[in-house]
Parts: sequence; C-alpha cells; structure tokens
Amino acid sequence: MAIIERPSSEVAVAGGATVGVKPSEALGVFKRPAASTSWRDWIVTVDHKKLGIMYGVAAFFFFIVGGLEAVLIRLQLIAPDGKVLNADQYNQMFTMHATTMVFLFVMPMAAAFANYFVPLQIGARDVAFPRINAFGFWCFLFGGIFLNTSWFLGGAADGGWFMYAPNSSTLFSPSHGIDFWSMGLQITGIASLTGAINLIVTILNMRAPGMKMMRMPIFTWMVLVVQFLLLFAIPVITVALFLLTFQRSFDATFFDVASGADPLLWQHLFWIFGHPEVYILILPSFGIVSEILPVFSKKPLFGYPIVAMSGAAIGFVGWGVWAHHMFASGLGPVSVTVFSLATMAIAVPTGVKIVNWVMTMWGGKLSFTVPMLFSIALVVQFTIGGLSGVTHAVAPSDTQQTDTYYIVAHFHYVLFGGAIFGLFAGFYYWWPKMFRKQLSESLGRWNFWLMVIGMNMTFGPMHMLGLQGQPRRMAVWTEARAGEGFFNLGFWNRISSIGSLVLSLGVLLFIINIVYTHKSKKVAIAPLDPWDGRTLEWMTDSPPKEHNFDSIPTINNLDEFFHRKYAQDATTHEITQVATAEEVLAEMNAHPDEHIHMPSRSYWPILLALALPVIGYGLIYNRVILAVGVAMIVLTMFGWAMEPSTAADDDFDPPAPGDGGGHTKELAPLG
Amino acid sequence: MADTAISHGHDSGHGAHVTSTGLSNNKMAMWMFLGSECLLFGGLISTYMLYKGRVNSGPQPDQIFDIPFTSVSSFVLLMSSLTMVLAVSAAQRKDDRNTNLWLTITALLGAMFVGGQVYEFTAFYREGLGFTTSLFGSSFYTLTGFHGVHVSVGIIMLMALVGMISRNRIPGNKAEAVEMVGLYWHFVDVVWIVIFTLVYLIPA
Amino acid sequence: MSTATEHNTSTEHADGHADEHHGASDKQYIVIALILAALTAIEVSTYYIDFGPLFMPTLFVLMTVKFIVVASYFMHLKFDNKLFSYLFYTGLILAVLVYAGALSTFKFFLQKG
Repeated sequence: MAIIERPSSEVAVAGGATVGVKPSEALGVFKRPAASTSWRDWIVTVDHKKLGIMYGVAAFFFFIVGGLEAVLIRLQLIAPDGKVLNADQYNQMFTMHATTMVFLFVMPMAAAFANYFVPLQIGARDVAFPRINAFGFWCFLFGGIFLNTSWFLGGAADGGWFMYAPNSSTLFSPSHGIDFWSMGLQITGIASLTGAINLIVTILNMRAPGMKMMRMPIFTWMVLVVQFLLLFAIPVITVALFLLTFQRSFDATFFDVASGADPLLWQHLFWIFGHPEVYILILPSFGIVSEILPVFSKKPLFGYPIVAMSGAAIGFVGWGVWAHHMFASGLGPVSVTVFSLATMAIAVPTGVKIVNWVMTMWGGKLSFTVPMLFSIALVVQFTIGGLSGVTHAVAPSDTQQTDTYYIVAHFHYVLFGGAIFGLFAGFYYWWPKMFRKQLSESLGRWNFWLMVIGMNMTFGPMHMLGLQGQPRRMAVWTEARAGEGFFNLGFWNRISSIGSLVLSLGVLLFIINIVYTHKSKKVAIAPLDPWDGRTLEWMTDSPPKEHNFDSIPTINNLDEFFHRKYAQDATTHEITQVATAEEVLAEMNAHPDEHIHMPSRSYWPILLALALPVIGYGLIYNRVILAVGVAMIVLTMFGWAMEPSTAADDDFDPPAPGDGGGHTKELAPLG
Repeated sequence: MADTAISHGHDSGHGAHVTSTGLSNNKMAMWMFLGSECLLFGGLISTYMLYKGRVNSGPQPDQIFDIPFTSVSSFVLLMSSLTMVLAVSAAQRKDDRNTNLWLTITALLGAMFVGGQVYEFTAFYREGLGFTTSLFGSSFYTLTGFHGVHVSVGIIMLMALVGMISRNRIPGNKAEAVEMVGLYWHFVDVVWIVIFTLVYLIPA
Repeated sequence: MSTATEHNTSTEHADGHADEHHGASDKQYIVIALILAALTAIEVSTYYIDFGPLFMPTLFVLMTVKFIVVASYFMHLKFDNKLFSYLFYTGLILAVLVYAGALSTFKFFLQKG
C-alpha cells in the first residue's frame, strides 16, 4: 500500500518512488503493512509479478533438491552392488525425487510463468484475487518445506510417488514419512486449487477490451486448460490423501486387504487425479513453446484455433484414460479395452500439436536462439516420449513394460524432454522481460547442448534396460546377473549414470549463466523488445511497472503487438515494419489511465498459510499443536475477511502540495 | 464510465462492465469452487458405495439407520435452504434487519442438523459402530463427517456474516457477500439430498 | 473458502453493479420449499411402503429433481448467466462419469442387477 506517482510518460522502472504512508489503524490486530521496499515487501506483496518470481525461485530451489536426489540414485546404480545408499534410503530417494519434481518443481514453475505472464498477456493489471494468489504461493512454499522436513524427522516417504497400498500402510512404512507426504501434498494442493480458481477467473473476467477468447495467446489458453484440470483433479487426490491419513493416523482400513478392502480404490483415486496431472505438467510447456516457435520463425502460429482446441481436447480426453496406469492390476478385459482405446485416441490431439509446430517452422526465417533451441528440442524429445507412450496404450505390450525401466525412460522423455525443456525455453525467452537482462546466448548454448546430450544419455539407455527386464526402483544390480554383450545391463546403467552427471553440469551452467548475466558489467541492459515479440507482455516496460500498463490497450488482433509494429501492404502482401516497440510503448504511455487502484499489501495470506503446516505437525505429533493451528486458521480468516482488498482512500497520504499540479502528477494509490 | 461503456465485438454480447464477461469475480470463483467440491464429495460417496456392504464385524447399515430421525434432520437442513434464500432476498432489498434475522435462523437450523448428527453418531457408537469397526463404519463416518464439517464451516460463516453486517464491516458489496455464503450453504444442502438418498434410503 | 470479498482491480467503481433483482419472489421461494418438502415426504415413504421394482428409479428421480430445483431456484442458476451453470455442472457431470467409471471396474453395478 504505497503511494506511487501516477504513471508518467517516461519509460522508467517503477517501484523506487515510494512515499512513506501511515499504516491503516482501522482494522485488525495487524496494521496494514506500509513498506514497499526491502525484504518485508516480499512477505506482504500481492503483486502477481513478484509472486511469480517467488514461485520461480522456490520451485528452482526444489529443482536442485530433486536433482541431487536423482544424482544420488544414479550414483547408486553406476556400479554393481552400489553402496552409496542403503535400500531404505534408496526408497526414500526415488519417492522424494518424483514427488519433488512433480509437485514442487514442474507444477509451481508453471504457476510462476502463469502468474507472471497471464495478466500481462491478457492486458490485466493483476489477477482477480491478489491476496488469494499470495496465499497460494505461501501454501506451496510451506507445504514443500513441511514435506522436506521429514528427512530430518525420522525419514521421508518411501512408498514411491504413487504410494500404492499396501506399501503405504504403517506396517510397511512405520516412519512418519508418508504422513508428512500426505499432509504436505494436501497443503500444496490448496495452493493449486486456489491458484486454479484465481487464474480461471482472471482469464475469463479480466481481459483487456477486445481480447476475445480466440485472440488470447496460446500460453494463456494452455494455462486456462491446465487450471480447469487442476480445479477438478485436486479434490480427487484430496479424498485419496484423506483416506490415507485416516488409515495411518486413525486406524481405518480403507486399503487393507485383510479387512476386506480393495487396494485398487487407491489406485483409481490416485490415477483419476494422476492422469490429468500428467497434462497439468506438460501443457504449460506446450503453451510456452507455442509462443516461442512463431517468434523465432517470423511466422504466426500455424493453425492457432486448432492448437487451442487440441489443448482443450487433451484436457477433456485426459479424464478418460486413467486406468491405463493399471493395466497390470487385473481390471478385466472390458475395462482394459476401453481405456486402451481412449489412450490411443488422446495421442491424436497431441500429434496435431506437433504437426502445427512443425508447420509453424516450415518455410519460416528461423533464428536458432537458445529459447528456440530448447523449443525445438521439446518437439523432438517429446515426440520420442509420446511414441513410447503409445506403446503403453497397447495393453499386451504394456503388461510387459509395467514397472520396468522402460516406463522410467518414457516418462522422463515426456517430462524432462517435454515439460522441463519447455520451462527452460521460457526462462531464456522471458528473462529479459522479467529482469531487464538477456541471459548469455553462448553460455546458453553450452547449457542447452549439455542438457540435451545428458538427457538422452541418461534416459535413452533406460529403454533398453527396461526391455531387458530391469525393474524400476531396484536398489542394486549385480555383475552376475547383468548379462553380457551389447545389452549388458551394467554397461547401460553406467552410461545412464554418467549421463545424469552431464545433465547436472548443464543445469549448473544455467545457474552460472544467471550469475554471470547479473554480475558481469559486460552484459548490457536488454532492448525493450529483444526477440521481436508478438504478444502483449512485450508491449510494456521490462520489467513491467507494478500496474503493468500505463493505459490498458484495446485489442484488435491475435498477436496484437505484432500488428502494431507491422503492417501488410494490401496489394503486394509484403509485411513492413511501421513502428518500433519503443514507439508503440510511447504511444500507449502518452495517455495513461487515471486513478489506478491496485490491491493493497496484506499480512493475512502468509499468516493463514503458516497455520497449515502447524496443523500438519499437530496431526502427526501432538493434539495441542493441532488446536493451535486450527485457532490460527479461524483468527486469520476473520482478519482476512475484515480487511478490504484495496485500502480505503484515507489510508493514503494526501498528495503533496505543489507537486507539479495538473493531471500528470496526481497521486494514485498503488499496490 | 457509465453502464453504456464501450461494447467491443458484437459476438461477445457482454457490454464491458467491470469484467470481461460482466459477471462478478466472486460469484464465478464460488461456482468453480462448488464444481470442484462435486469431485470431493463424489470421491467420498464412491468410497462409501464401494464399502457399505463390507461388514466384517459390527452392525449392517440397515440394522443401524434410524430413518425417521434422519428424515427429520434432512427436513431441517432443507428448510434452512429456504431461510437462506430469504436472507439473500432481504439482502438484495438492502433490508439489513431481515437479512440478519434469516441468517440467524439459518445458522440455528444448521446447528440443529449438526446437533442431530452428533446425536446420531453417539447413538451408532453405542450400538457398536465405531470408526474402525468395519469398512462400512469408516467410510460412513468419513463421508457424513466431511459433510458435517462443511455444515459447521457454513454456520461459522453465517455467524460471522451476521456480526459483520450488524457492525457494518463488510468490505464491498453486502448483498453479494450474503449470496456467496448462500451458494455455499445451498451446496451443502444439495450434497445432503444426495447422501440422504444414496446412503440412508437405499439399503446395502 | 472464506467470505473474503476481493475487489476488481481494474476500474474504480466497485459497486457499479446495478441492483438487478433477479430470482423469484419470497412467496415463490416458499412454494418451492413446500414442493421440496413434499418430495422429501415421498422419498421417506419408500421406507414404509413397498414400491416394488419402482423403488430405486423413484428415489433416483426424486433425488435428481430435488437437486436441480435447489440448484436452479435457490442457487439462482436458472436466472443467472449460463456460464455459472456450465462451471458447476461440468464438475458434477465429470464427477458422476469418472466415479461411475471407477466403480464399474469393480463390477459394482453388476452385483445388484
């Protein structure tokens, strides 16, 4: 809740111009936070861009954690009779590696991009519910930290990321690891659910004038589909996790065969959530790539409506294929046939997308920048992963592949080769927008090639290991049973492990690139429109001001920014540049909106989110802590409800006298 | 900018109000939340349906249910939907007194329902159906317990609303705040309509 | 979730909503409630009177009717923008389809018929 100067026509970075404000004394125990700089602002901020960056930083931290877990797994398997980890630690390691990568890296990293860029791409000043947005971030962060504290409190979860019964029962997993796992995922689930509602309302309701649904950038479209998937998938895992918690903590027997229960119930609930989850992981990256390929091909996206609708189709059909994860569980021939056919059907809209990407590049003026390289790599690597996925759709072949390394190879090709390459493409593409500096292209190329080579070295051999029969989650292999010749398990395990180190080196280069870009004096400030972008997020300053746009643009075209920069000659069809990005921006800023009310900072989101891990610890250890957590929730909810999202006008200082006068210096409350 | 604001694009049909669709953010969010809750209760109901016949020990469902009693408490919850809608209607007329009156009655009816549920649970427990007695017991208490928690949260929301209206502390649109709580309340009632039929009236 | 009311951030008039008084009148609400009460009475009567083969269909039809009446009138779906109906019924129908699918793999619907 600062007062900043109403936007002036200068292209300058906002945020510094903060005037001290008297905190509101109107409401609540806590005064409204007045600080708008320093670390405290990051705690109370409701700005979607800051939250996006916070999502990104936290998710990247968990990426490193999950990556180290993966490296330990591969080090264990680099030689026969691995001694790096014992079997118990190995179980914890692969469980937490998967959990971390899925729930604490790919999902929140997609949320980071969605938070930062969706409001910009649709021409909004913020999301629909800024405080709930902040609440979602803190839930994710605290949930992730809570989940990982189990390492220090008797051991992490060890039942595999889909936590099948009976391994999830207290008999087979007596530590608190799985309790932490289920409570931690509940908390991050709240983050996803609130985030989903928030982003859907934002996309449906806060578009700039003229921004029809079919003029929205594809990234926004894919985010919309993903949020609908989350909206309906999260409650299913919530039910499953509650049943698991009740079984482990209160002696219910929901998945205990001895008491007459059906352990397949867990598998159904998990995969009804879990298969949409797969698309939740991949679709944001599809969206990012669909933004990048046209920019660096200098062509509009081929078949925009088809790409948007095939995304929606994937989201829809994604609900009817969950049981293909369970072909080996004895579902019966009818179920297997139905789900097998549905699974083959879902390959169609995915294939459509790949064709559209290739056609976008076809005949374009390609420039192979690092974001473009990552995008092309996604198209290639994801296609490989997608094809091995179709082999799972064939039920008899899937029965052979179930629980082998072939499965591991498949989902790493789609998740690393697909989702993560897409995210890296996004890092390189949007970095100058978010941080004013462009990541080094030459370091980026090293980063890219090491990651591509490392990825294929790590996961390519797993196809062979799997078809040779090496089961997944196997803690050791022995020389005696490794076989001989070209398909020797030992050889390919070594290649795979070395590959994982190459991959790690690639990721390390990315971190070095960040440090180099921001520390080195040689790296200049990036131009306003470094890639010749097409969409609205490039039509504002880098980084954008707190209110994003000085004046909200009216949208007349798909790829509005491109159409403001270029015009097509009616007779020759030649496309010529009519304005530079700077000129477009200057024109927009010439008539800034008056009275921009931005949502005010608040303590309540972080306080409410803080209560959730307290409840988690309470459920696991002590009912008194539990009661404290519940009390915290009730109190913070009341505080939240009583606080208006935008501070009243009397919370702000009056405009300083003699402040230049006239409308350009009028003060508007912001943030 | 009055209500005759720029209408952009003839196909969109919605004159540019405050939002692109002209619909309230809060209401849209609430409807999505309720759509999401359908999958939560769907999961719990399915678990119950799968397990209701699995009784290794303890009473069977039809031995223990007290249909006349549950019918009365179902009726109470149904009527609380009526009082809730009257509260919304009063709020839209800006009639604070009647809004608060109907909200209070709704909360009381809700409390009667929860009280009935507590009584029912203790009666079942005395008749030998504990949480861990059988899969039927676990899934029954989980399902109806989740519903009871939803009702209780609704009661807290109603009471908070009454307090905030009488002190004039509602930020923003008062009628909409009442309507939001109303939507949640009706949803809880609608879920009970399903539970009453599937759990109580159809025997295992 | 909570009763928190967030303002729209883009424009200034937060209470710009005209007081469109949609929905039915109080009297109509009472009539609807009476109808719902009557339907509940029929439901409960299945416990006392033998409906024979009509037992299950009756209950399912009554349940659906009650559900839709509350959603359409008390929750205003009938009077409100269709988008709200789409959002809600998407969740509902998805839930029915997905869970019915899961239950059918347990041969749940065969064990009775």
